[in-house]
Amino acid sequence: MAKYKLPKPGELSSSINYNPPAKDWMDIPVEFKPATYPAAAKEKDLLTVGFPNAHQWTPEDEDWNLPDGWEDTVIKGIEERLSKYRSFKLFMDVCVRCGACADKCHFYIGTGDPKNMPVVRAELLRSVYKRYFTKAGKVLGRLAGARDLDADVLKEWWYYFFQCTECRRCSVFCPYGIDTAELTIMGRELLNLLGLNINWIAGPVAACYSKGNHLGIEPHALKSNIELMIDDIEDITGIRVNPTFNRKGAEILFVTPSGDYMGEPGIYTCMGYLMLFHELGLDYTWSTYASEGGNFGFFTSNDMAKRLNSKIYAEAKRLGVKWILGGECGHMWRVLNQYMDTWNGPADFLEVPVSPITGTRFENAKSTKMVHITEFTADLIKHNKLKLDPTRNDHLRVTFHDSCNPARGMGLFEEPRYVIKSVCNNFFEMPENTIREKTFCCGSGSGLNATENMEERMRGGFPRANAVKYVHDKHGVNMLANICAVDRAAFPALMDYWVPGVGVTGTHELVANALVMTGEKERTTNLRGEDLPGKEGNE
Amino acid sequence: MDSKLKDLLEKKRSELVSKWIDAIISTYPNDPSGMLKNKKDRFENPIGHTITNVTQNLFQALLDEKSFTDCKQLLDDIIRVRAVQDFAPSKAVSFIFMLKNVVREELGKEIRQNQIYEEIFKFESQLDDLALFAFDIYSGCREQLNQLKTDELKRMTFTLLKKANLMSEIPAQEFEHKELKFNL
Ligand code: SF4
Ligand code: SF4
Repeated sequence: MAKYKLPKPGELSSSINYNPPAKDWMDIPVEFKPATYPAAAKEKDLLTVGFPNAHQWTPEDEDWNLPDGWEDTVIKGIEERLSKYRSFKLFMDVCVRCGACADKCHFYIGTGDPKNMPVVRAELLRSVYKRYFTKAGKVLGRLAGARDLDADVLKEWWYYFFQCTECRRCSVFCPYGIDTAELTIMGRELLNLLGLNINWIAGPVAACYSKGNHLGIEPHALKSNIELMIDDIEDITGIRVNPTFNRKGAEILFVTPSGDYMGEPGIYTCMGYLMLFHELGLDYTWSTYASEGGNFGFFTSNDMAKRLNSKIYAEAKRLGVKWILGGECGHMWRVLNQYMDTWNGPADFLEVPVSPITGTRFENAKSTKMVHITEFTADLIKHNKLKLDPTRNDHLRVTFHDSCNPARGMGLFEEPRYVIKSVCNNFFEMPENTIREKTFCCGSGSGLNATENMEERMRGGFPRANAVKYVHDKHGVNMLANICAVDRAAFPALMDYWVPGVGVTGTHELVANALVMTGEKERTTNLRGEDLPGKEGNE
Repeated sequence: MDSKLKDLLEKKRSELVSKWIDAIISTYPNDPSGMLKNKKDRFENPIGHTITNVTQNLFQALLDEKSFTDCKQLLDDIIRVRAVQDFAPSKAVSFIFMLKNVVREELGKEIRQNQIYEEIFKFESQLDDLALFAFDIYSGCREQLNQLKTDELKRMTFTLLKKANLMSEIPAQEFEHKELKFNL
């Protein structure tokens, strides 16, 4: 121990100012510290989809190689969006700084950085709006909270708009219904005009545009990935499921996020879909063209999101299906539920979805013609159409994370819970102010689930993990269920860091483990190849 | 611990802990809303809750002269948070040294009056050692962050890895044969 030179008493703490001068947020420049922000978009990816001003740059560079006249581009961009989106103009004007949203953002809660308060995040953009679009701002400048647009402002936008997961938790608490997520969306659109996107978004967008899904999985690879799953299912259950691909005349087209095809634990959820549909004898098809339910285009611009989304209806039309069933995903459902119809509808070539098993007509989907898989499965269970053995999940003590988009974007609270409780005997809710419409984001949504920004993700996800830790300590919860591919990809790291001992699962993995299939052999392991409770050492 | 010092620390416990909390909170960006200090809900203010909980319990553990291993969980709770919050390593564990300052400032007079310099010195060395121990925890957290990246990459490419394994199971002969066909 003597080897270490210890600081003298007070040496370290004296360097800390107990009361740092209160500086206005406008005077505190952004500092790019490693692992706290995602990598810059690659030029080639932006070029693939024809995004403007693709160029080479990195966030830590002093000079971002901005195109000549970039200020004009941004100001014109704001002007155009103000006239196009009434909500944007309204949100710019009506905030009364009441502060109700201030401490509701997981990034603020996890960092203590005031610029992560939703009200300040909005102000980053509002201050520029005021300067160029309001009389008071033009005349009074900073006195009216206005400021010039310069490179530092742009850097600040980039840092904080890619530190917002567009989760909309703040909007739940705003008395005026201001949705800061929409302002982040606008901010990112403006940055995108200058070629300033992030790699984890631009890469998947380019891949989705050219290959049909974010991971760039080509048709033969997609098929062979699913065949691997089919082999595993056969090993576990003795049943060979036989899905079809791109089959014309199928009744239902199934679309899911591509994370389910490749990563762990996403693939187990995918195996769950395959088993359920097989057991039902569902007349459905996969598509290697509409092979992505998610839409990272939504994190770049409205137009790009629309372009990427269009393949879903196009493929439904080409295959001549009656309706579309969608897998477990978060932002995918915000897009499908709130935008698809307006962008690419009306899908009047499709029929109002009716479950071929129960006859239930999904009135809620009568316009989009697309049903969420937990609605579909909850309906099956309600009508007693599935033989379930929840004791196979008895080694699990499960809690459910409401993914932001299905929760706040479409009010899907009960169906997943109903499904999980039907297939698991041990279910525990997290505290009330951290679930349902008040759910805390995973911290990695809206394209922020890159790897290089791990610290950003860990602190953004801290409030969520903290609530999981509570039920882990109190009830021994060891499994975090969800209905989102980004959750499945991002939560394992979050849990390993904050709540070791808690696993992550999609809801249909739990369903498939409990599902008693016709003619199956006695199961000894779950889909992960782990021994089932009471079947240890059977192999 | 000398009973005089212990009595003093116990008597002033709430002031000392509260000042210690203030000092730790001052390492965060200046925040007009005062969330970290004032918001009581443990789910809506997990940083604040962690700081309060750890300082209170660590203070007690120091009074009880608990072993470092007994303090490990408490230290881990707070360091795990600070390890992902932009703090330089020294600043991430500096919260322990802050207690020294707080004690000197709050108990300066009593220390002089009671002539308990030696006890104070012992108490401070105890904190120094605790800080070293804390630094190990900090390094562990940082190493884990790197490990998380590697693990995540493996999970993301799980199917590819699995396929690669399957490939290696294919007998070499068959593989050559396939390649041959491909060349034709
Ligand atoms: S949308 Fe979510 S991440 Fe963005 S400011 Fe609001 S609470 Fe924070
Ligand atoms: S709650 Fe709404 S009105 Fe109040 S500060 Fe936040 S955005 Fe503005």
